[in-house]
Amino acid sequence: MSLVKLQGIRKSYGSNEVLKGIDLTVNEGQVVALIGRSGSGKSTLLRTINGLEEINGGALEVDGEMLRPGHTNLRALRMKVGMVFQQFNLFPHLSAIENVMLAPVVVKKQNKAEAREVAAACLAKVGLADKEKSYPDQLSGGQQQRVAIARALAMQPRVLLCDEITSALDPELVNEVLNVVRKLAEEGMTLILVTHEMRFARDVCDNLVFMHGGKIREQGEPEQLFAAPATAELSQFVGSVAFH
Amino acid sequence: MLSFTFWDILSNLLLAARWTVLLSLIAFVCGGVVGLLVLLARVSRSAVLRKLSGYYIEAFQGTPLLMQLFLIFFGLPLVGIEVTAWLAAVLALTLFTSAFLAEIWRGCVEAVPRGQWEASESLGMTYFEQMRHVVLPQALRISIPPTVGFSVQVIKGTALTSIIGFVEVTRAGTMITNATFQPFLVYGLVALIYFVLCFPLSFYAKRLERRLHVAR
Repeated sequence: MSLVKLQGIRKSYGSNEVLKGIDLTVNEGQVVALIGRSGSGKSTLLRTINGLEEINGGALEVDGEMLRPGHTNLRALRMKVGMVFQQFNLFPHLSAIENVMLAPVVVKKQNKAEAREVAAACLAKVGLADKEKSYPDQLSGGQQQRVAIARALAMQPRVLLCDEITSALDPELVNEVLNVVRKLAEEGMTLILVTHEMRFARDVCDNLVFMHGGKIREQGEPEQLFAAPATAELSQFVGSVAFH
Repeated sequence: MLSFTFWDILSNLLLAARWTVLLSLIAFVCGGVVGLLVLLARVSRSAVLRKLSGYYIEAFQGTPLLMQLFLIFFGLPLVGIEVTAWLAAVLALTLFTSAFLAEIWRGCVEAVPRGQWEASESLGMTYFEQMRHVVLPQALRISIPPTVGFSVQVIKGTALTSIIGFVEVTRAGTMITNATFQPFLVYGLVALIYFVLCFPLSFYAKRLERRLHVAR
């Protein structure tokens, strides 16, 4: 069953059109990676899905919540779409558990005791049960990113967007974050990732979407896409990325 | 002829300095409250509010405090509102302080990284929830050193109210000089009193700045 549905999404910055009509369907429980060179529009596309980037044309739907150009009330949509950022963006004045509790208390009006329980469970899920009271600057990059994942999970989103979530990490910290994502995928969470980790994309994703010049150029199962790229752009891209 | 001892001079100056302190405190507290409102307008999503608050800040930053005092003290009676020197001083200093604090604080709000807005937005928070729970608490930390630093300007600014006849420490100094003919001694003491009030604040501001730079 389709959970996220994009139809003819267009987005311009001034006269520069960065998304030129994107159609994409993501089913419940699917793990989809957006790949492509920088500047291909993949991050912008991801950010339109929870309304961080306003769209200029087309429509998108997440679990029944519609978004069209000019929509300003995004709260209902955002409660269904979680997001994790490259730079973590944890709230530095709050401890790990307070970071995770904040939105459930403020946005969902959960009472604090209940929110704390949910937050503790989310932190345990990402392997940080012992770091509840730590502040972001006392945590490593990998730990911070895992808190950020817990923070998104605490809102119980239907789909989680991950925007190059390992790109700002030291190499030795990448795996602890990817393992959390892998576990979420196994549990059936719907995930849309922008990633440069090709090996991870190949191993974990059900579907790869290759973007080029603001359009979807190819999509399909990872093995098939990597083994037999149909377009010159993709075969060039596959040749240029290392499978580390 | 009356003679004045050193102690007479000093004790009268210190008595008058109470008014300097009180005026500074009132101006700072009222200015802070008004400044917070101006700040919220300055960083709001409404273009009209942003523009109006911008004009407000420019008007008070772009004219001397003395002119603001004169306009209130001499101008309001022209439209039928009688103001005492005390009220004019409080009013002018409050407006002046609010404009500067709003501008200082705007810089602090804008120093909070964009990612903080995006993260809280993506969690479904409204603008006010973002401000209240994410942005202002962080801006507050950044704002403490420059705010304490600016309080020194407010204290020194109160000296101008002597010109409209409000008896604070500068005005008292002038009056005592007229009676004792010892301007160097009297104004020296006045300056010393200002220094004793201001130095701890600027010292504290510098220390806070250093501390908050290394801490979270």
